[in-house]
Amino acid sequence: MKTFANLLGSAALLGASMAHAGELEVTHWWTSGGEAAAVAEFAKAFDATGNTWVDGAIAGSGGTARPIIISRILGGDPMGATQLNHGRQAEELVEAGLMLDLTELADAEGWRDIVQPTSLLDSCTLDGKIYCVPVNIHSWQWIWLSHKAYADAGVDVPTNWDEFVAAAPALEAAGKIPLAMGQQPWQSNGAFGVMAIAIAGIDAWSKVTIEKDAEAAAGPEYAKVFQAAADARAFSANSKVQDWNQATNMVITGQAGGQIMGDWAQGEFQIAEQVAGVDYTCLPGLGVNEIISTGGDAFYFPKNDDPAVTEAQLKLASVMLSKEVQVAFNLKKGSLPVRGDIDLAAANDCMQKGLEILASGAILPDGNQTLSPDTQGQIEDLMVEFWNDPSYSAADAQAAYAAIIADAD
Amino acid sequence: MSAPSKTDSAKRPVRLLRNLNAKIASIPMVATALVVFIGCTTWTVVHSFTSSKLLPKLDFVGWEQYDRLWGTRRWLVSIENLAWYGVCSMVLTLLIGFILAALLDRKVRFENTFRTILLYPFALSFIVTGLVWQWILNPDFGVQQVVRDWGWESFTFDPLYNPDIVIFGILIAGIWQGSGLIMVIMLAGLRGIDEDIWKAARVDGIPTWKTYVVVIIPMMRPVFVTALVLIASGIVKVYDLVVAQTSGGPGIASEVPAKYVYDKMFASQNLAQGFAASTMMLVSVIIILIPWAYLEFGGKKRG
Repeated sequence: MKTFANLLGSAALLGASMAHAGELEVTHWWTSGGEAAAVAEFAKAFDATGNTWVDGAIAGSGGTARPIIISRILGGDPMGATQLNHGRQAEELVEAGLMLDLTELADAEGWRDIVQPTSLLDSCTLDGKIYCVPVNIHSWQWIWLSHKAYADAGVDVPTNWDEFVAAAPALEAAGKIPLAMGQQPWQSNGAFGVMAIAIAGIDAWSKVTIEKDAEAAAGPEYAKVFQAAADARAFSANSKVQDWNQATNMVITGQAGGQIMGDWAQGEFQIAEQVAGVDYTCLPGLGVNEIISTGGDAFYFPKNDDPAVTEAQLKLASVMLSKEVQVAFNLKKGSLPVRGDIDLAAANDCMQKGLEILASGAILPDGNQTLSPDTQGQIEDLMVEFWNDPSYSAADAQAAYAAIIADAD
Repeated sequence: MSAPSKTDSAKRPVRLLRNLNAKIASIPMVATALVVFIGCTTWTVVHSFTSSKLLPKLDFVGWEQYDRLWGTRRWLVSIENLAWYGVCSMVLTLLIGFILAALLDRKVRFENTFRTILLYPFALSFIVTGLVWQWILNPDFGVQQVVRDWGWESFTFDPLYNPDIVIFGILIAGIWQGSGLIMVIMLAGLRGIDEDIWKAARVDGIPTWKTYVVVIIPMMRPVFVTALVLIASGIVKVYDLVVAQTSGGPGIASEVPAKYVYDKMFASQNLAQGFAASTMMLVSVIIILIPWAYLEFGGKKRG
């Protein structure tokens, strides 16, 4: 009788695991060298569970990929899982009931206890239910400096933004571009956000970005930010590349002094076999305010009628948060893990700096978490115009910025 | 067909039932047109007065979206660009298309070859056209570099990187792609002109150019109208050319309305704002179209 029950059980298991072996198409926009290496870690771990990861990489940036992802979900052709940023990008999709509720799995695995900082999980939560898996923490607040460029120009590598500004003429004299900058709108916007936190300070920044206080946006603290951005615009005038990794490459090869870019740039330095502190330096918060924002990537699982797919989706969610995968993925990606309980001894200097700041609690929410995509889009439009038009004065741009903040929702 | 009796009106067949089969057959088409053109348009216009974000919902906010639209610099730049692009492309495409057609019509040798070459760009999609011209106009390895390599070191030709003239860089590509088709249409029109008219003009001693301007072009009016409609519809929807060449850059210098609509609807997740912009596009088309249609079709029936 017992054997029969076993047989029955194993047959059921077999049947179940066959149903499990679902193919799951996963869309994301991780296409640069370092990113692709990182996402391969997810795929490997997921395939090891007997399922199949069907890679749905979308070339371009998030700005290109998100509309495609969202229209597929809305159009009734959902993928198995998809990357989005932490924050409000999927808010309405969740409200419309298009996303799989992960609460049961989260409770079973105790996500509330392991995800650190908990604000990441809060961004995934709506009405007490959890709808996404945060996979990493990405912070924007970094400037990457090329040792080679500064050595060629005969000046010391700067340790903060003021020194960077002071060293810029020497770099220009040596035929280098002081600041590398891609032309895509999100890069202009992001660089401005970094300067805002570093130069205006945390109080002014939170007033503007969290409380949407237009007066603060028009105030003297932000005037300094816009002035610094106008300086940066002059420094980057000659960098005519599009993608962020092309700009990073200019830093790696020493054609440019530095780049303001999030910690995902780390992956590119790693692939180029550069060593932090020897070939390049990273300064969190532009070396002025050592603080990082905790934006990043999360995976959402659109609802599906097929129970086998749902099963596979839950499996993938669980795999993504598991200890080993978090370590492997984040080391490749250059991002910080979302779990506070894992050991990242293998992390390099820059990541260690990030981990220290994270542990010290000097963290802020990301702009994506506090502002709606609509407001972000308006700010992007403004920034891309400001960065590209030298005749657009800092004061005018600040006035336009304050008007957007006044209308923000 | 038997002629209906002119005296007895009761026996006259009901108008509605004439050609009944044809009418039944066209019902699906009529329904599609009503749903797609009228229905969807109304839906879009209605939702442009709401505060819809990612998903459409019906909470009306009056003219708010339009206020914001006309207070947005990017939209104003887009409109200005479209006006420049529209006027220039309309005039130049017609002009180039007609001149090429007239030259081919002079019974040149290898006409087929020339026609194929000139029509070829039309076979390419806008994206491909845009990419090709992005390379040609790139200052580092396009025209500018070639001329500089010839020895003219100070030569500068980088329209796509100069915010003041970037829209003309896009215009070049648009004309290159579009004038071939217009040429073919014009050529067909020219072939439709009776040989005798040419002979008569020659007998009267009218110079060739004058024959074209005074006699041939007025005779080709329907062909010009067709060509104009084709060009105009291409202008309003210009989008992919810009995306492939500049993505709206440098800055926002080459933005166009269609791109604004797309970005607001999908990237910014603000449907209502996108709808408001597309409604404005529709309105501007209607403003141009109605007087024209009235002149073209309305006048004839009355006359």
